Amino acid sequence: MPKTHVTMKVNGSEVERLAEPRTLLVHFLREQAQLTGTHIGCETSHCGACTIDIDGMSVKSCTMLAVQANGSEITTIEGMANVDGSLSALQEGFRMMHGLQCGFCTPGMIVRAHRLLQENPSPTETEIRAGISGNICRCTGYQNIVKAIQYAAAKINGVDYKEAAE
Amino acid sequence: MIPGPFDYHRPASVTDAIRLLADLGDEARPLAGGHSLLPMMKLRLATPAHLIDLHGIAGLKGIRRDGNRIIIGAMTTQAELLASADIGSSLPILHETALVIADPQVRYRGTLGGNVANGDPGNDMPALMLALDASYRLEGPNGAREVAARDFYQGAYFTALEPGEILTGISIPVPAAGHGYAYEKLKRKVGDYATAAAAVVLTMAGGKVATCVIALTNLHETPLLATDAANAVIGTALDDAALKAAAGAARAIMQPASDARGPAEYRKHVGGIMVMRALQRAASRAK
Repeated sequence: MPKTHVTMKVNGSEVERLAEPRTLLVHFLREQAQLTGTHIGCETSHCGACTIDIDGMSVKSCTMLAVQANGSEITTIEGMANVDGSLSALQEGFRMMHGLQCGFCTPGMIVRAHRLLQENPSPTETEIRAGISGNICRCTGYQNIVKAIQYAAAKINGVDYKEAAE
Repeated sequence: MIPGPFDYHRPASVTDAIRLLADLGDEARPLAGGHSLLPMMKLRLATPAHLIDLHGIAGLKGIRRDGNRIIIGAMTTQAELLASADIGSSLPILHETALVIADPQVRYRGTLGGNVANGDPGNDMPALMLALDASYRLEGPNGAREVAARDFYQGAYFTALEPGEILTGISIPVPAAGHGYAYEKLKRKVGDYATAAAAVVLTMAGGKVATCVIALTNLHETPLLATDAANAVIGTALDDAALKAAAGAARAIMQPASDARGPAEYRKHVGGIMVMRALQRAASRAK
């Protein structure tokens, strides 16, 4: 099959490569754009490890073709830090609250939580659990992940996390 | 897992999409949200030589009101349905059902048209469309036609869509003001298809059920309209006997497969429970 030019803005930088139509977006990001933070998990749209942010939506990049992302703006886990390189509120939350264990699913969780907080800056615990329900991590009951997102929400809203928790 | 090779097409209009589909024939498949088709292609259970991506067709998007009907473009996503205040106020059961489909990431891409057109018995929206008496606009080389959702489903993955036709829109009559509604879905985990599910839309008058429609998901190879079950509760106050009669009548038409979600007898059992729960919750919401 002939390759086509695929151009997208990833984490603020233009990426232009040749890709076959069957190239999945997750493979394009990892192998063509050399951004390996987006992980390949179940490959069947269940686990959420491949979650990216595209044009204001959270999407599982294993279930989208790279050609479909032509002209899109994408943010991956590599684009989640603050502009000055310091940890974003979410990254800090995952670190402070021990929101990661092996870390394999963590990039997808953080990218998904980023969009969740854009849409709902003060989610309840129930809303957080529903919001990350497409990011299955069998290792935990999500407790520390929920705390990490609550920490980030509090920080973004300028509230002290301990006060918010009480 | 990578799909087999194919040519990718991104038409900008329905006319172009239909022309492509007609020219390329059986080897071509339309691509909507992709959450059914792309996994099948990765497993090589589907190997279309041509994919016709409908995402570039602006005319397939959007929600509008036409008199007492709501018209929804086929490529409207579940997330867009959830964000629509008009749907929330006039067709709240659509919100309730969209929320139990898969997970947020899938709902950003998954479309109403793809959900209802695929013919997968596990999809949630088809039963709802039967309950709401929706109709589908099908467009093909010979023009457009409207087919009632109640006539659309003929078998698993087998629908009234003719070769070369695309489902372009869904037209839903707005239910009576003050109607009660519920979609009760039993599933093993978030994101799963229904083990069994039931949709109910009803109206109450003087404490008794005045009108009622019940439809069932994943309890047969097509969605089912449970007419006898609905008739069993009309005129009753939804007492215990009426609920049990409805569940019994619904179970009588269920023919679920035994699968990883449970043996057929179990799925029929919980299917009846979904009917009873949906009836009670719908009645509690009726004004």
